[in-house]
Amino acid sequence: MAAVVIRDVEKAFGSTKVIHGINVDIADGEFVVLVGPSGCGKSTLLRMVAGLEEISGGTISIGNRVVNHLPPKDRDVAMVFQNYALYPHMTVYDNMAFSMKLRKADDKLIDERVQKAAGILNLREYLKRFPRQLSGGQRQRVAMGRAIVRDPQVFLFDEPLSNLDAKLRVQMRTEIKALHQRLKTTTVYVTHDQVEAMTMADRIVVMHDGIVEQIGTPLELYDHPVNTFVAGFIGSPAMNFINGTLRNGGGSLRVETAGGQAVRLQAAGKGVDGQPIILGVRPEHLSLGAGNEGIAGQVNVIEPTGAETQIFVDTPAGSVTAVFTERHDFAPGTPIVLKPQANSIHLFDAQTGQHL
Amino acid sequence: MIGALNLGWLPRAIILGLLAFAIFGPLANLALWAFAEAWFFPNKLPSQWGFRFWEVVFRPTGRAMEALSVSIWIALLTVAVSLAVSIPAGLALARGRLPWRALIMLAFLLPQAFPSLPVYINVARIFYQFGLNGTVAGVVLVHTLHGLVFAVWITTAAFASVDKELEQAARNLGASGLRTFFTVTLPLAAPGIVASAIFVFLESLDEFTGSYFVGAPEIQTLPLTMFLASMGGNYQISSITALILLVPSIGFMLIVERFLKADVMAKMGN
Repeated sequence: MAAVVIRDVEKAFGSTKVIHGINVDIADGEFVVLVGPSGCGKSTLLRMVAGLEEISGGTISIGNRVVNHLPPKDRDVAMVFQNYALYPHMTVYDNMAFSMKLRKADDKLIDERVQKAAGILNLREYLKRFPRQLSGGQRQRVAMGRAIVRDPQVFLFDEPLSNLDAKLRVQMRTEIKALHQRLKTTTVYVTHDQVEAMTMADRIVVMHDGIVEQIGTPLELYDHPVNTFVAGFIGSPAMNFINGTLRNGGGSLRVETAGGQAVRLQAAGKGVDGQPIILGVRPEHLSLGAGNEGIAGQVNVIEPTGAETQIFVDTPAGSVTAVFTERHDFAPGTPIVLKPQANSIHLFDAQTGQHL
Repeated sequence: MIGALNLGWLPRAIILGLLAFAIFGPLANLALWAFAEAWFFPNKLPSQWGFRFWEVVFRPTGRAMEALSVSIWIALLTVAVSLAVSIPAGLALARGRLPWRALIMLAFLLPQAFPSLPVYINVARIFYQFGLNGTVAGVVLVHTLHGLVFAVWITTAAFASVDKELEQAARNLGASGLRTFFTVTLPLAAPGIVASAIFVFLESLDEFTGSYFVGAPEIQTLPLTMFLASMGGNYQISSITALILLVPSIGFMLIVERFLKADVMAKMGN
């Protein structure tokens, strides 16, 4: 096991720079998720850690050893690929034993390790089969088994669940997390799915256009996003953003929304009167109000899911989504007032998108 | 319903019949000649049947058997030389970021693009200066020139159809570049490479023009024997030789069909 330190790492393909100086410190035994929309550079960063992509600038260290010029085979990391990358000409057993055979370990030790990994992953009865005879979830497990048998310093996962159906994805998510709790091996996990990131990570690295937007625990990112990108990316359904103007005067702090309505804020003193801002409020932090307590609008669509009710509301300031744990049954067009919880409101600078 | 004669099958049957005749007609003629001991004009069929000429061909001292073994040796050597070139070339063309890649691929097609006669006459002239005319090496080189088209194109496609991630996974799991090639890339590309080897083998076995200009008269391959026999009016010998040459062609074609998978074919020329 080892810590991974990513220091000022850059990546350029020809003249196109795709990663612009990234710093991430991953502690020994930590489960870190790199998350971001496609094209943000998260997979490229992971592949640089694995040694499958050249590092254009900066350094990557694994366990106090700079690995920039170390070939992949000497980095002692095991990667689980999106498409599993299992060898079609080898049985499940041989796939899992591959790394040990390369090291010329003796057969007894190989068998011990493969059987142990197969036991952990419920693969014992499939060892003699070929990958083509397995289901997607089983192949995924074999890919993980192959990584486990390698007994690496660091596990690298590259969107490992994106080829599975929704139900299996949830199941494998839990399995991977349980596996990490059991093996306690440092893990770097790449995904574009923020739910995966939230549910699995010790800490999340949110990436966007080749830079790190924010690093933190799932709840830190959820409660204290540093900018509109993180605020909009983390959380489902996504945070509502309403354009408005800050009104700081008369002993109260208010936001005048684009539709001409006012939202009273609890925090006093922060911000300049007349400053254009973006009001951010999560759908679950809206409750039903009356009069001028909040943002008024008309119900557009109601989506009951049983556990909660999602309501899409048309307001003068744009569409707003609200989620309620209690059940509501509004006809479309019903006038409604959404009251934000005062202590859960986020204010962002309209120009920079930074949290105020 | 009854009595309404449906003749819809007729055009299809006629077309299939004509096609069958076009394919099997000449072969039937070959078969007739192979077993004809006497067949004189204006008879429609041989007047005397028998295996006499088979005995002549397969006689241990017969020239045909000697030519067959020469042909097979040359074909095997051609396969070896072709693979020695096509495996590294195919790997480089499929994996490397070569400049002029398309041009290089086309260059291997060039000998096919020109009429073979002037190509081989010039090859023969050049080989003569190096003393390669009339040697096995010369004939092997000429066949390789011809076979490299199949070898390089199919081998490139075979390597291109191996998922790059499989190689990356191997390196990630602790394999060196060389080790990755021999444990992952080569085994996965093997069916395509075997298919290309079979094509090269068959092309060499049946090759005539190059062998004629570079090899004859010292090197007697089976097609040369066949040519000389038919030029000498010995249709029985040439027909039997032709039938012998058909056997590996048909046999291997059935095998090749199993080796050339759709994913390899899809990468052809990419």
